[in-house]
Amino acid sequence: MNFWPKSVKARRRLTIFLIAAPVFIAAVALSLYALKGTVVYFYTPAQWIEAKVPVGKTVRLGGLVKPGSVVKTPDGVTRFTVQDKLKEIAVVYKGELPDLFREGQGVVCEGEVTGATSLKAVQVLAKHDEKYIPKNVQKELEKQGEWRPEAGMDKPKPVQRPFQ
Amino acid sequence: MTHINEIGTYCLVLAFCFSLAQAGLVVAGKGRGIARYAEGMSLAGAVSIVIAFAILIFAFIRSDFSVVNVAEHSHTDKPLLYKISGAWGSHEGSMLLWCTILLVYGALITLRGQGLPESLRLKALGVQGLLGAAFVGFTLFSSNPLARLADVPLQGQSLNPALQDPALAFHPPMLYLGYVGMSVVFSFAVAALIEGRLDRAWARWVRPWALLAWSFLTIGITLGAFWAYYELGWGGWWAWDPVENASFMPWLAATALLHSAIVMEKRDSLKAWTVFLGLLAFTFSMMGAFLVRSGLLTSVHAFAVDPQRGILLAAILLVTAGGGFALFALRAPTLAPGGLFATVSRETTLVLNNLLISAALCSVFLGTLYPILMQALFDKTMSVGAPYYLAVFGPIMIVALLLVPVSTLMSWKRADLKGGLQRLAAAFAVAVLAAAVGSLFYKGPTFLSEAEYLIGLIVGFWLIFGTVRTLMQAVDFRLNATGKALRRLPGVPLATWGMILAHIGLGVFVLGAVVEGHQKLSVMQGMALGDSVKLGQYELRFRSLYQTPGANYDAQGGVFEVRDGKGRIICQPKPQRRFYPASNQVQSKVALCFTPLDDLYVVMAEPQTGEGGVMSWQVRFFYNPWVRLIFFGPLLMALGGCLSLSDRRLRLGIVKKAAKG
Repeated sequence: MNFWPKSVKARRRLTIFLIAAPVFIAAVALSLYALKGTVVYFYTPAQWIEAKVPVGKTVRLGGLVKPGSVVKTPDGVTRFTVQDKLKEIAVVYKGELPDLFREGQGVVCEGEVTGATSLKAVQVLAKHDEKYIPKNVQKELEKQGEWRPEAGMDKPKPVQRPFQ
Repeated sequence: MTHINEIGTYCLVLAFCFSLAQAGLVVAGKGRGIARYAEGMSLAGAVSIVIAFAILIFAFIRSDFSVVNVAEHSHTDKPLLYKISGAWGSHEGSMLLWCTILLVYGALITLRGQGLPESLRLKALGVQGLLGAAFVGFTLFSSNPLARLADVPLQGQSLNPALQDPALAFHPPMLYLGYVGMSVVFSFAVAALIEGRLDRAWARWVRPWALLAWSFLTIGITLGAFWAYYELGWGGWWAWDPVENASFMPWLAATALLHSAIVMEKRDSLKAWTVFLGLLAFTFSMMGAFLVRSGLLTSVHAFAVDPQRGILLAAILLVTAGGGFALFALRAPTLAPGGLFATVSRETTLVLNNLLISAALCSVFLGTLYPILMQALFDKTMSVGAPYYLAVFGPIMIVALLLVPVSTLMSWKRADLKGGLQRLAAAFAVAVLAAAVGSLFYKGPTFLSEAEYLIGLIVGFWLIFGTVRTLMQAVDFRLNATGKALRRLPGVPLATWGMILAHIGLGVFVLGAVVEGHQKLSVMQGMALGDSVKLGQYELRFRSLYQTPGANYDAQGGVFEVRDGKGRIICQPKPQRRFYPASNQVQSKVALCFTPLDDLYVVMAEPQTGEGGVMSWQVRFFYNPWVRLIFFGPLLMALGGCLSLSDRRLRLGIVKKAAKG
């Protein structure tokens, strides 16, 4: 055991390190392993079709609510279509919609894939902001060249002065 | 009258200059001689920025729409409290709040730190001045909240209705008092590294600051969770949202720091590690501020985004944190090694505590940054949700929490394991018994969930009973001498009381989180007048509708009644749907009603006209058992932090004037 340090303090430090390192490595390994199983991927309808998302997987779908596609039934189920420039996905959702859920607006739905182009959502997200469109939805739509910002209130333009 | 805003901007410029001077003087004087003037600078800087902040609040109160920030976030009809809280309801205003707190803490170092060695105090002031200059400069040049408009609108755009809420009015100040409080620890850590001297005294000086910041941060996070619970109407209180994690990570680092500082103070070991944590806590605070404002995170809580600001903040973060850690890397090996302790001792358990908290912190860090990394490297968009955190953070924390009473019952340096275990055995048996009885009332969907429930209850009860057992030991409790022990209670130091309260609070929180997490029920249904819906043993009936005007909204509400299993009326919740004309938004207002232990929670969503023209509303009805403990526990923890803080032995490090012969 010639690599074992002679001084008590150095030995103590090495002991702590030898205990700490495996704990940390285990924690990181556990984290990465858990990440693999729990990460939820985000798709726009076109990416969804392209990626051939398997049925039963939990995913996030982002796009615009197709105007005229929203159908609400009395039992609290809403059916609507999420579209981007190229493709459409049918979404079924039972639950309360965000106050800002509107046709033509950007949304993100999280839920289970039930078919080649259908999603059973458990969560529909819209930010508490009328001018909001989810960042990644906006990015993907811009890539496809379809980007219509909602006609919100125009922001006042600040004057350019020093310290501004 | 509107010139006052220019005075505010001028005060910001002043604060920036004072901060620069504060840092410059310390550097120029090499921590001696003219460096003394840095103290005056810290006071002057604090006064000027407080004036600037007061002027911003004043502009909000007056609804002065010539100020961009007021025009974008206020409205003449808003209630006064929300006019004031609007001052920090935006990126610019909250940055000014951040700077104000930062400079006030700098002034506090001057005012309360007169008992500390001068060179250390002045160096810390210098670092604090650099931080102040960086953040005030950032606010001034990239997001001045007092910037003016050329053509003044007649009316502002109002504040988002979801933010018009008392809990959220006080959430940012509390959170920032915590975040920025860590800057003091950071400054002292850097100062000590520059000095190259680290001893037990340093931990004694720094611990009160860490305790203060930690207590504020605890209250801030709890307020945020409470707001999410009753304002957003989803019935939950914590979603592991990246922005929530951004506030949780500094809290974990600070918790680890509090415990390692105790070891450093009492036993003169873990020195380098404690300083490292001191740097880390503020780094995570800054990182939180950066993540929330950079647009890297998609979150319901994030601020509106401007990439340039994100880059600037990232630069500040990299320079300050990078500088701190670089200095640490250079100096840490030269620090004198610490004291020794036996394997079975309180120090060892505290080392384990730090190890586990750090591992838990890593897991949260990974989960929060993983999506950002994947986006940057592979252009894949993804999100990491609660399942990940429960799978990783949960087990690590269970071990850490089980250790807590074991640690408090052990003695320093060399503990007697057998005697300690004997003392703990009774408390543990009681905890297991209580948990077993509690589990009888829970039928989970799977065996796993029932096991989780049982383990969770054991952890919670064990924290409470084990901590009570620690108190009994502190007063040397014996069955045949109860009176004597009670008379010893006033003799228990405040710091010990603080620890006891905080650990009991932790247990209370765990019980609340476990019971609420496993036993909550919810139902959602379209309800017309007269309809009823059942949930567990409760029945909710829709009685009538009413209209009422509010301060800056019109509300339509429903009157409901809840009956329990025996048909008695428990309460009459009146949820509302509020329409805010200023921002053209509808906000659902939750109605809560309480049984002694549980919350019943009713949300009314959008109306629909069904067949035959009958109006119905989507109603969500939640049964949230023990949820109050989730908010009450952390408040106990913060109270414990404040109690420890007021212990004279701790305060000596701050206030005691050095006796000058």
